[in-house]
Amino acid sequence: MGNYIIRRLLIAVPSLLGISVVLFCVLALAPGDPFEELATNPNVPAEVRMALRQKFGLDDPVFVRYFHWLGAMAQGDWGFSFVSRIDVDKLILQRLPVTLFVIGSSQILALLIAIPVGVYAATRPYSIFDQIANTLAFIGFSLPTFFTGLLFILLFSIKLDWLPMVYRSDVAATGWKWYWEHLRQAIMPICVLGFFQAASMTRYVRSAVLDVIRLDYVTTARAKGLGEKKVIVKHVVRNALIPVVTLVALQMPAIFGGAIVTEQIFRIPGIGSLLISSILANDTPVIMAVTFVFACLVVFFNLIADVLYGWLDPRITYR
Amino acid sequence: MAGSTPASPTVDAGAASAARYSPGLEAWRRFRKHKLAVVSAGILLVMILAILLGPFFWRVPINEIDFSARLAGPSWKHPFGTDDLGQDILARMLYGGRISLAVGLAAMLVAIVVGTIIGAIAGMSRGWLGMALMWLTDLFLSLPQLPLLLLVIYLFRDSLKAVFGPEGGVFILIVLVIGGLRWMPVARLVRAQFLSLREKEFVEAARALGASRRRQVVRHILPNALGPVIIAGTIDVAAAILAESTLSFLGLGFPPDIPTWGRLLFDSKDYLDIAAHWALFPGMAIFLAVVTINFIGDGLRDALDARRVL
Repeated sequence: MGNYIIRRLLIAVPSLLGISVVLFCVLALAPGDPFEELATNPNVPAEVRMALRQKFGLDDPVFVRYFHWLGAMAQGDWGFSFVSRIDVDKLILQRLPVTLFVIGSSQILALLIAIPVGVYAATRPYSIFDQIANTLAFIGFSLPTFFTGLLFILLFSIKLDWLPMVYRSDVAATGWKWYWEHLRQAIMPICVLGFFQAASMTRYVRSAVLDVIRLDYVTTARAKGLGEKKVIVKHVVRNALIPVVTLVALQMPAIFGGAIVTEQIFRIPGIGSLLISSILANDTPVIMAVTFVFACLVVFFNLIADVLYGWLDPRITYR
Repeated sequence: MAGSTPASPTVDAGAASAARYSPGLEAWRRFRKHKLAVVSAGILLVMILAILLGPFFWRVPINEIDFSARLAGPSWKHPFGTDDLGQDILARMLYGGRISLAVGLAAMLVAIVVGTIIGAIAGMSRGWLGMALMWLTDLFLSLPQLPLLLLVIYLFRDSLKAVFGPEGGVFILIVLVIGGLRWMPVARLVRAQFLSLREKEFVEAARALGASRRRQVVRHILPNALGPVIIAGTIDVAAAILAESTLSFLGLGFPPDIPTWGRLLFDSKDYLDIAAHWALFPGMAIFLAVVTINFIGDGLRDALDARRVL
């Protein structure tokens, strides 16, 4: 097992390096200059600009610059935000917990919806329930998160006035009220993301359960006289959920996309809204770093899924 | 022997019924059984006709400013209401629909072409090339798409604008980037199809007859691998429309004066409390386009998968 984890880790390293090459190529191919701001600033003389270019190695060949950049990133020197006047890694660390909280909670919500609905639909394939669930799932992942977000705001904040429209990190309350206020403002973003994920997950769970439910060992379990509930929960679902782990991990890039949109709608101070605001403010170091963090998170969750898969499914050999 | 005598009438009967049940007709018969897909195809057709022909009948200019009708709700003069400058939302949506649809179709084409080529090469090669291409595919699959999309558009927008003009430059960029980040599932599908098809007897027969590799691929393998590609392509159109709307909604797609559906939503979000219609109509349009295309893809899956009994 330990060997297997190490092997997966070693496979993750080249993909991280590959992603960093792709990102760096995009940046290097891009027209424009990170020092454009300085070039247009009349207070900075041309010699200073040249010296700065020299110092940051902007005139070196591309691959030298790549290794320079990679080395700096690996050492934790992620640069300095032009706009916020703060180190990029500090800025991202400030914003990351909120994003992870929203994404994590919405994933839990999605699983809580998708597993029961998917399993129930698969045990009664082509029934009325299955057809309704299937249609709702199609509608669910065709509704863009930005539209559901606006609909939720329209319904729950404006018409009903139940929930706050904007996420605030400085809630002026203490004790239980503080927790309550945080929960209240997180409900809508979590629901928007969670429902979107639940829709596609339900379909995965349903087809995974359908694959397993016809196997011989399930018939054996029934023939032994086990109750239907026990057969489904103890025998079918346990095995059916193994491939779902991988599918959830493969969904990660889409989840981050949804998180960026949701953070933007509800003004959640996470790294997604940080990315948008830095793009609007031309804050290149932050943009690069946030994109790289998103890529790292995707690779990291894929790694976790691989390890979980190996742990859950003893048929996988640890070689 | 005895069986050889009735051979020709049987073949004739087979040929006659084959004329009545061509593959296309058979697929259509199967597609029709998926009720939601048929309804979706109808709705989508109406939407496409409205987008293409609507501007000839609804001649209100998209940028006619009328402050007396500011943020007006739906009425006979403005069926979908007006925005904060009194511009007609129906006219703007008809214009934006063309862009959304064009982006969706063009990005789908990019994704299909790139995916098919890479998948075909990976499926035909038996050496390191196939491995390398699959590694590349997996790498692209684990790229965070929306952040990368935003990054590329942020970096390249201005220079393409200078070359192709504000609308054309952004159009080319968005199509290339959305297509360039969506080819991976197609490549995997095509490779999987190629791996099994290239060992089939009919390909072996073609090889034995001296068909070149290229002829084997183009005439024999590729036509048999197209079913899943068509389905993936259909769903890609929906995904591309969604991606373009997302970009516009974040304010980073087409220039502000071009009213794509996502842009209309972006502009409307500060007026939700007083002009909900402004957000509802474009949002519903995006939703309808995406959901109908997805249902059609589902119907095509039933129609083109010959193994499924219907």
